[in-house]
Amino acid sequence: MTAIMPVSRRFFLKSSATALGALVLGFAPDSGAQETRPSEINHWIVIHPDDTVVLRLTRSEMGQGSQTGLAQLLAEELECDWQRVRTEYVSPRENLARGEVWGDFQTGGSGSIRELQEPLRHAGAAARIMLIAAAAKHWGVPPEECRVSAGLIRHPKSKRRATYGEVAALAAAIEPPPVVPLKNPENWHIAGQPLRRLDTPDKLTGKQVYAIDVALPGMLNAAVRACPIAGGTLRRFDADAALALPGVRHVLKVDDATVAVVADRWWQANSALDALAIEWNPGPNEKLADADIAGRLMEGLVAANGFAGAQAGDARAVIGAGGRMISADYSYPYQAHAAMEPINATALYTEGRCEIWAPTQHAGACLETVAEASGVPIENCEVHRLHLGGGFGRRLYHDYARMAVLIARQVPGTPIKMIWSREEDMTHDYYHPVTRCRMTGVLDAGGSITGLHMRISGQSIRGSLRPESLEGGGDVRAFHGLNQTDGNGILGYDIENLLIDHVMYNPPIRPGSWRGVNLNHNLFYLESFIDELAHAAGRDPLDYRRALMGKHPKHLAVLNAAAERARWHERPPEGVFRGLAVANGYGSYVAAVAGVSLNGDFIRIDRLVVATDVGNAANPELIARQAEGACIFGLSAALYGECTVEGGAIQQTNFDTYRVLRLAETPKIETVVLQSRDFWGGGGEPPIAVATPAVMNAVFAATGKRIRHLPLVKSGLLPA
Amino acid sequence: MPVLKVNGSPHEIDLPDDTPLLWALRDTLGLLGTRYGCGAALCGCCTVHADGKALRSCVATLADVAGAEILTIEGLGTAATPHPVQAAWLEIDVAQCGYCQSGQMMQAAALLREIPKPSDADIDAAMSGNLCRCGTYSRVRAAIHRAAEFI
Repeated sequence: MTAIMPVSRRFFLKSSATALGALVLGFAPDSGAQETRPSEINHWIVIHPDDTVVLRLTRSEMGQGSQTGLAQLLAEELECDWQRVRTEYVSPRENLARGEVWGDFQTGGSGSIRELQEPLRHAGAAARIMLIAAAAKHWGVPPEECRVSAGLIRHPKSKRRATYGEVAALAAAIEPPPVVPLKNPENWHIAGQPLRRLDTPDKLTGKQVYAIDVALPGMLNAAVRACPIAGGTLRRFDADAALALPGVRHVLKVDDATVAVVADRWWQANSALDALAIEWNPGPNEKLADADIAGRLMEGLVAANGFAGAQAGDARAVIGAGGRMISADYSYPYQAHAAMEPINATALYTEGRCEIWAPTQHAGACLETVAEASGVPIENCEVHRLHLGGGFGRRLYHDYARMAVLIARQVPGTPIKMIWSREEDMTHDYYHPVTRCRMTGVLDAGGSITGLHMRISGQSIRGSLRPESLEGGGDVRAFHGLNQTDGNGILGYDIENLLIDHVMYNPPIRPGSWRGVNLNHNLFYLESFIDELAHAAGRDPLDYRRALMGKHPKHLAVLNAAAERARWHERPPEGVFRGLAVANGYGSYVAAVAGVSLNGDFIRIDRLVVATDVGNAANPELIARQAEGACIFGLSAALYGECTVEGGAIQQTNFDTYRVLRLAETPKIETVVLQSRDFWGGGGEPPIAVATPAVMNAVFAATGKRIRHLPLVKSGLLPA
Repeated sequence: MPVLKVNGSPHEIDLPDDTPLLWALRDTLGLLGTRYGCGAALCGCCTVHADGKALRSCVATLADVAGAEILTIEGLGTAATPHPVQAAWLEIDVAQCGYCQSGQMMQAAALLREIPKPSDADIDAAMSGNLCRCGTYSRVRAAIHRAAEFI
């Protein structure tokens, strides 16, 4: 990085001689006082007089590192000093007040970088041009004679120089350029580099403030208990018993199904919940159990017609004609998000105003929830944003924000911090949807696929939460990763006679986006079954896939890259067994090769090689970390994760019954990051979709046992 | 009034002695770097040291730690003078969301105090009670080996 050169005071005295300088810099011409206020160059970029560059970001930081990646893209075009960059959250209220100039705030779908790279790179480039123009205008020189590096503008001919901080106020008054050329990624020096995260230091000393750490003057703490049975309600509770306990200030009905205890301290509030001796009205789902849900899903497997997705030729006719037919049923259970920071929010309601401090993945939707729940006009509401202690999709849903506001509304003027216990968090999630699948394939004499029918039977997130968004009664999102055209993940195989269809059944257990969403089960089903067909055909699973991928060079490239890194063509070491998988989703291509070993009934996952083509990596190190994290998140579910339903309620309540992967079980994960440059893909989710089938295909290679129903522990095999 | 020694300073604590240490640290002393994750010693987010040994503060009561020297992440080191574990965590850039990392670092510091050059098996044994949903485990392992080089 170029060092910042000291700049003479003369620049400011000279600039003050112009009317614009006097106006914008805001100092009296003869006083020599300097501008102290930051200047907004455009809505994404604020530059302080001390050269600090503040990048205003809409998407939440929940560990994925996208704020660092986005800052790199913006800083690259801005040509500022990376050491002076910091990020700041945009307030959704300010966004509304300014005509939504920042667009939307939803942080999901592995979209932060791919959706914002273009506006942010343009904003950075435009700001750079404006800053140079401001300096050039001031010096009376042509802007094209100026050079810029690390936030320092130089005019070599006259040996003049100025920092971004010095010209920021002048630049803010410059008309933005209409056309902004962007750099060729091959020339990047900030973006595309494996820079360290901007948010690390505070996470090492305990100083990072999460929403759960919010402390406001006069704040009280709330613990809640909501009916564990889906659709159940409160019948009665004993408020007096709880109110008699130390520190307890209020016992409040929050909604039809939830009661809160508000106390001086959270431990007091949470301990007092038991004293309420709550009785529930169980409602219509009192007898709902896993077997009922499974039964309905199995009916869907054999229903005559489904909502059709991918189609080619006539799969039904080919299957009906007989030949060598292979069929298998699979299932994928409910999963909890179980982010390490339990659900929480702090709300303050006063007459005509409502504020919330929330770990939200979508501050805009959170603001709407606050306005609706408080009855306060949205322009008088605010969402204060903090980094999230994990999100994984859970914090796209603002049931908790609504609850915090409904509590605070009953205690006007007092900030209330509501924290859900881990048990409350795990039993009131928006779970990974439950699905089953019947795969039916027909092979010719050579073992090649002549027809394939994939029938998915299961829960639709849209159908459950937003039925009005369904198209033609079906959910197109159900075909995530299985489409013939782009937009929601493309199937990497060309199969002459193909039918992929979906039969929807929405149990009353609410589903939601769970890192990877529908791609997770779809690719587990598809990639496991392709493996079954390859084995049935007596063919190598890599070669078998390659033969189907002629029209999908990007899928093929990542599969080849993973196979090459894993040395698939060589015999594995004695006792090591391998499996592989490939997918496209969230705009990226991803493949994995898993290596496992066996010790009696114990399966050890030794190694995962993940190759991913994200098109352009804002920071390849972040992509690698997201790949590792996604694999571990996916394997937690694949090996252990299952939320079961009994009496209409989720049975898993904490990490003893909802087991997640531990350090000792974590395989060595190697990531190959490809960048084919002609697109932008997401990084956080796609690897989950291949980690699970690659491992389960390796388990088959090791044991001869086909794992069709997750999690693995149900099969009698045990992770080691 | 019972006295709780935290990060070298005594604090008079007016709380029932069955209060979990975690909530005394967070809600009474304002030491918010120690995190709540499960409340049942299942995740390790709340790990602190009591007399140099790792302790799950969500299940340890004030009575359990009476007279002990408690060390929290705030007392482990500072940005200017980091503990070797913090220096290694910075160098390896371990954290993702960061929520579990106070507990991971406290657990790692306790391990290194006991075993200055831990093997992978030592790390497996010491660190497998500290959950991380972001999946930073391989970086945690690398950072512990790196911290061992600093000690």
